[in-house]
Amino acid sequence: MCGIAGIIRRGNPGNIGKEMTSMLRSLKHRGPDSTGFAVYGSPGENQCVMRFKVAEQEDVSKGFDIHQQIKNRRALVNSRLIEMGVEILTEEEATEYAFRYTFNFDGDMRRVADYIEDIDNVEIMSLGEGLELIKDLGDADVVSEQYNLGTFNGSHAIGHTRMATESDVDIRSAHPYWAYPFNDVSVVHNGQLTNYWGWRRALEHRGHRFMSNCDSELIAVYLADKMDRGIDLEEAMHDSLEELDGVFTYVVATSDRLGMAKDLMAAKPMVLYESEDFVALASEEVAIRSIFPHEIDTYDPYEGEVRVWQR
Amino acid sequence: MAKIEKSFESGLHAEQLSGRTQQIFFSAEEGENFFYPYNAFEVDFNNKAEFDAKDLNNKEINLKIRELMKEDHGHIVLKNPMAKHSVGVGILNRLRLDIEGSLGYFGCGLIDGPNIRISGRVGWSCAENMMSGTLVVEKNAGSTFGAAIRGGDLVCKGDVGSRTGIDMKGGTIIVGGRTGTLSGFMMQRGRMIVLGDAGPNLGDSMYDGTIYVGGKINSLGVDAVHGEMTELEAAWIDRKLALYGLEAPNGAANLQKIVAGKQLWNYDNLEPSEKKIVL
Repeated sequence: MCGIAGIIRRGNPGNIGKEMTSMLRSLKHRGPDSTGFAVYGSPGENQCVMRFKVAEQEDVSKGFDIHQQIKNRRALVNSRLIEMGVEILTEEEATEYAFRYTFNFDGDMRRVADYIEDIDNVEIMSLGEGLELIKDLGDADVVSEQYNLGTFNGSHAIGHTRMATESDVDIRSAHPYWAYPFNDVSVVHNGQLTNYWGWRRALEHRGHRFMSNCDSELIAVYLADKMDRGIDLEEAMHDSLEELDGVFTYVVATSDRLGMAKDLMAAKPMVLYESEDFVALASEEVAIRSIFPHEIDTYDPYEGEVRVWQR
Repeated sequence: MAKIEKSFESGLHAEQLSGRTQQIFFSAEEGENFFYPYNAFEVDFNNKAEFDAKDLNNKEINLKIRELMKEDHGHIVLKNPMAKHSVGVGILNRLRLDIEGSLGYFGCGLIDGPNIRISGRVGWSCAENMMSGTLVVEKNAGSTFGAAIRGGDLVCKGDVGSRTGIDMKGGTIIVGGRTGTLSGFMMQRGRMIVLGDAGPNLGDSMYDGTIYVGGKINSLGVDAVHGEMTELEAAWIDRKLALYGLEAPNGAANLQKIVAGKQLWNYDNLEPSEKKIVL
């Protein structure tokens, strides 16, 4: 089933970490297996921010030397970053196995990403100038507290509560997905793509790599690939309604925009609220009400509808 | 002569409205057009109670409604439902219920008799399997609005989502705005009046019943065809819309009427009594 949500502030940034936590808390019944956030802040002028993990949560409770392995993997990440000419500014340890780095770098970011992910068991969750992608097992409150999201200020965010149906309950299979290696593109999705493998092969032939077998990741890479070829986000989303088969509603975020698309059958839910200052959308209105408790007007987007908002 | 041709010749495929709801269909003077359950007890609509649902979960809200009904309150005002799911379900008696706010999924499902007004929006599957009574939504509604209803008047003054009136078996659905794709899908009886536009595949695979549309129809579904509007129908629609403060944009007589073409496989599977006529 899964629950998806998005919010964008069209004026001043605010505490989107707290707001998205509240929305995802309301959607817990749609998916209790894992919770994920893609939040867009401002790490600093010309700074990049990278979120990565060096182990799965369940690995930490297994084996005798996993703790030493985690230290070794992180040390290798650091040495490779320095080797690539990256100037690390800050290092934060969100959990024993998940980290947040900010750094300066003006070279080829894809080479950096490829080199870091070449390390066994290391996965970059997100990389960009605004996007920070946090996902882990547990409900919204657990993950939000674990990663200190309650005080995260930013302009927009998307989130996901996952009910695992076709893949494992682990961080790798949790949503949102970053469109590796494209900066700042993330997607959450509710539905199923039926032509997944055809599109995956096509995108792999174009040089893209996939960390999971999840169709949501494919949507992220599909859109990012189109944008990389000069196609506008909104046009790419319209294309997706024709080219991706299945039933789906997805929400996509870039460094400065938030968008949603609903398939031609309108089989997956989405409720929207728009005001001058905010746009909020979610699988269920109860999520929107969790941050706007006063009377507001909401509506369902229709089949084949694509909407994009600028922050 | 082929079986299908014989059945046409016998008039079985002409628009012969039948069934309990259809027999009283075009009486322009008809009353409320819904039934109360045979064992429904009288209530005092002047005995009013209010409660705030903000801090209650959906089960507690529904139990509170029952508790107030047992205390002979015929008029209940429910405040701050906060889009919670499955609120107001299974009310099987006369009751005036005013809901101040919005409901989530499956709001007011399985009702038989109450008169409900919702000031906000409703989520998916509002009034599913409604048997009788009236339900009026002042704002918008999500998908599968009025799925499988069997009677009563179900009204949304705003826009509704996709698959409105899917599998409906009676009653009347009125939409003040537009409706989404596959509305009236597998409709079997009853009437749907859409004053705005209708999305793709309207009336797909409908068995029977009638859909009236005031705006543009994106496309008709399989076996849905245009029917001829009659004066009696227009009079009935005008009267019905007036009950809820609505009006057809260009007059009821100019609504498009959509009925089943009756060419699908199920029309070859006639009832035994019908087969006798054909064979």
